[in-house]
Amino acid sequence: MNVSNLNIYPLGDQALTLQLSDQIDASVNQQVMHIFHHLQNHPIKAVTDIIPAYSSITIVYDLAQIGLQHRFSSSFEWIKATIIQHIESINASNLIGRHIKIPACYDVSLGLDLIELAQHNQLSVEEVIHKHTSQTYQVYMIGFLPGFPYMAAVDPSIQMNRRAVPRQIVPKGSVGIAGAQTGIYPLDSPGGWQIIGQTPLNLFDISKENPCLLSPGDRVEFYTVSLEEFWEIRKAITA
Amino acid sequence: MSIVIIKPGLFSTIQDEGRKGFQHLGINPNGAMDIRAMQMANTLVLNDVSEAVLEFYFPAPVLQFTQPAFIALGGADFSAETNGTDIPINQPVFIPANTIIQFTSKKWGQVGYLSVQGGFDLSEWLNSYSTNVKAAAGGFEGNILKAGDTIDLRFNASNKTTNKEYSTMPWKASSKEFYHSNPLQFIPGHEFAKLTETSQTLLLSAEFSILRQSDRMGYRLNGPALELSEKKEIISTAVTKGTIQLLPNGQCIVLMADHQTTGGYPRIGHIISADLPTLAQKGINDSIYFTTTTIEQAEKLFIGQEQHLHLLTNACKLQLDAYHRH
Repeated sequence: MNVSNLNIYPLGDQALTLQLSDQIDASVNQQVMHIFHHLQNHPIKAVTDIIPAYSSITIVYDLAQIGLQHRFSSSFEWIKATIIQHIESINASNLIGRHIKIPACYDVSLGLDLIELAQHNQLSVEEVIHKHTSQTYQVYMIGFLPGFPYMAAVDPSIQMNRRAVPRQIVPKGSVGIAGAQTGIYPLDSPGGWQIIGQTPLNLFDISKENPCLLSPGDRVEFYTVSLEEFWEIRKAITA
Repeated sequence: MSIVIIKPGLFSTIQDEGRKGFQHLGINPNGAMDIRAMQMANTLVLNDVSEAVLEFYFPAPVLQFTQPAFIALGGADFSAETNGTDIPINQPVFIPANTIIQFTSKKWGQVGYLSVQGGFDLSEWLNSYSTNVKAAAGGFEGNILKAGDTIDLRFNASNKTTNKEYSTMPWKASSKEFYHSNPLQFIPGHEFAKLTETSQTLLLSAEFSILRQSDRMGYRLNGPALELSEKKEIISTAVTKGTIQLLPNGQCIVLMADHQTTGGYPRIGHIISADLPTLAQKGINDSIYFTTTTIEQAEKLFIGQEQHLHLLTNACKLQLDAYHRH
């Protein structure tokens, strides 16, 4: 992978960020994911976390574990050089990430902002649901809450900005829209996204070895379930 | 055999060095606010530096030990006592069964630690004992401690000693290496250069104070409003402990142990790791000044603290050997 356009800067004294661009772009994020997967599969001494974001990736390291690197002026310079070497060896070609289908109930009792969002975009509720379920979204990053996926891109005709006043509690499983992004709240949480439905699935479950349903780089498609099916699935999961 | 929480205190949790390796899933690291105080408390009782400890604020908890134990207090000094006897900080003590420990007044610092030789008998969540309150996981039942909670200990000190009475061990540590007064040093963040010249000067000269709305997620500061020369929306990226973010109202927040993994506010600086213990021990209305430093200097100071801790660990081992031979 070509690193000439990479902007690498320290994020404090135990992390560095590689910025690929300053825009949200699917192909840039794919590059981020290639770096993410490569670094996960080729562990570097002292690296504790690799955090992909929209157009950047951050590597967190433990200074205490690096020790003296004689050819470098600092541990930062050593880790930076090591990471550049790794990235140059990446042969990025095919798409990575799983394809995951997520049931969502778009009943207005769960899609708290569905009617408002439809009116805002001068569409019927059915058209909004159809457009939201017709797209495959890329999980650009996970943040804000454990397992909260930032996914894009939402069809321009059903986009809407965040609510002016965030809700005190958005119920767990709520599917929301914020501009071109769509996301799912893994936990009951304060939040400002426009809520259009709810999934009965657990996005986050501390009893599981891998507690998060989604990972960065996954591709996600929503399909509709009725209110009845929603409760059936939720009961089956919690049972 | 355990510790019973008689009174829970303000915000008492189990913490270790933090949960590493899961930030890409939005799972924040948590961990001790003052890592050095936590490590030192462990070292004093010959634990591994990363063993889980009890972290507390003032008002601090009232604790009852149902078994004898070697413990050490570190970080803040909240005037600990048992039965009218003062318990020193930064010095290991032996406490007999049924000792009740309480903390009577705030002498120095904000966040205290209690280590127990052998550690707490808890299970890890994602390789860490740190409490993640938001996820309701880790620590003791994933929550802050409540009255009546009973935390089992791994180790029974009665097997190691014939001692029956409260006593201090004949070694102690100095925590001076880990704290200093103002200013706090930071490495300029990616958006530091985007501050107006006036705001850059203000950041490096003005007095900031810690607001009441501060917690383990972050320290909110009150100071002169800072401005960016261009108001460009920033795409969310990872943030870290010590990151100074500029909020839309021109005020700053310094992210602490429970910070979110990503954020979209301008990162104007990052407090260096070596200065985070000093910041963690500052409280509401305390004043803060900032100065910039280099990555080389930050690393040098960090390594200095590591070496101090290492020397202390060796010294404690020697002292313990001498104590047993005695």
